[in-house]
Amino acid sequence: MFWQIILGIWMVGVIIASFLYMPATQGLGETGRILIYHVPSAWIAVLAYLMAMVNSLGYLRQGDLRWDRQAQVNAELGTIFCILATVTGAIWSRGAWGQYWNWDPRQTSITVLLMIYAAYFVLRSAIPDADRRARLAAVYAILAFLTVPFLVFIVPRVYVSLHPDLINLENRSFDMDRKMLVVFLSSLLGFTGLYAWMYKVQMRLENLLYAIDMKRGE
Amino acid sequence: MIKPLRWLKQGLAIWRKDLRIEFRTRYTYSALVMFAITTLVTVSFSIGGFVTDTDITAALLWIILFFSAMAGLARTFVAEEETGTATALKMAAQPEPVLLGKYLFNVTILLSLTVLVVPLFIMMLNLSIALPLAFVAAVVLGSLGLAGASTILAAIVAKAGAKSSLMTVLAFPVLLPLLFAAISATRAALGGGLAADVTADLLMLFFYNGVALAASLLLFEYVWNE
Repeated sequence: MFWQIILGIWMVGVIIASFLYMPATQGLGETGRILIYHVPSAWIAVLAYLMAMVNSLGYLRQGDLRWDRQAQVNAELGTIFCILATVTGAIWSRGAWGQYWNWDPRQTSITVLLMIYAAYFVLRSAIPDADRRARLAAVYAILAFLTVPFLVFIVPRVYVSLHPDLINLENRSFDMDRKMLVVFLSSLLGFTGLYAWMYKVQMRLENLLYAIDMKRGE
Repeated sequence: MIKPLRWLKQGLAIWRKDLRIEFRTRYTYSALVMFAITTLVTVSFSIGGFVTDTDITAALLWIILFFSAMAGLARTFVAEEETGTATALKMAAQPEPVLLGKYLFNVTILLSLTVLVVPLFIMMLNLSIALPLAFVAAVVLGSLGLAGASTILAAIVAKAGAKSSLMTVLAFPVLLPLLFAAISATRAALGGGLAADVTADLLMLFFYNGVALAASLLLFEYVWNE
């Protein structure tokens, strides 16, 4: 319970700091404040999806259903944070570009990412047998993840995107002032903690559900 | 053990077997062709013969090809499960040759469909093609990619109880990068957009094909064997 309280206070601090302590960003103005929530959400989405793929590989190698439950929880959490990133992105887009949605390459790729995992959950719901579901879902998750680089890295490079990049590739620097960087990194840490906590709670639930299923099966 | 030559030999045997079965009923091919022709006629009838907007024509072509592919390509594995021959096939060959054989079969079906549908599409919509070579390359690479990624998905769908709509749901997100690149390359080849972009799109199609086939070969074992 102790570190959940710390996490709560930490996140409240981040929220207050993002409005009061942090200056408005150069170029982006007041709308830039959403970056404190948007970028960490996107980061957690990528992290969770990556973990889901690692878990899927683990399942295919070892055949332990625990890996499958982990993959499922990670895919669920990834989807939640991916939706958050999409929504915060759309709100920012309204402020900066004038409309919520304009099929910028980043918006396109995040939509496809959401659709991949939506299809993943449809596939899971279509198969009643646990072992078969785990195996087919794992194969699909890996297959789908392999197409992500095409979208995330290749599409925005080939087609011009208006999305601002945090890391300036030309002079290899980080485009943020010091105060903003402090709040941003705290937010990143807070979001990662939030993810770890949600993962723990959700895993406990899935493990209990599995234990109940096993008892019924006997 | 990786034995490409033996895989290819056995794969070709499975390909011949599938083609022979296909020629007995011609069910898969007729379903694909009918689907493609129906959509093509609807499109041509409703938008008329004089569309100059390459954005629309390129997208329409790939929508027709994508949904036709979805209508038929799942059959390869579903039929094996329905007739109960999957077990015999498992005993007869390693997983990789099976995938290769099915992949070659799907490629054959899809390419013979494009040979029929694409000229019809060009005629019915009165298209003039600015870069014929790039157009052919885009259509061929795109069809190869469609067949490549949907072969292993067909195996997944067959194992998942052959739910009819599952194939489209699973294939769409996986195939979207391919479709984006194919549509963009086709558009450029039809004369819209920049001709210089064609190379980038064709390269992307090429690499997508490579990744899809390699990943399918690696992962197929887990779908096929239980």
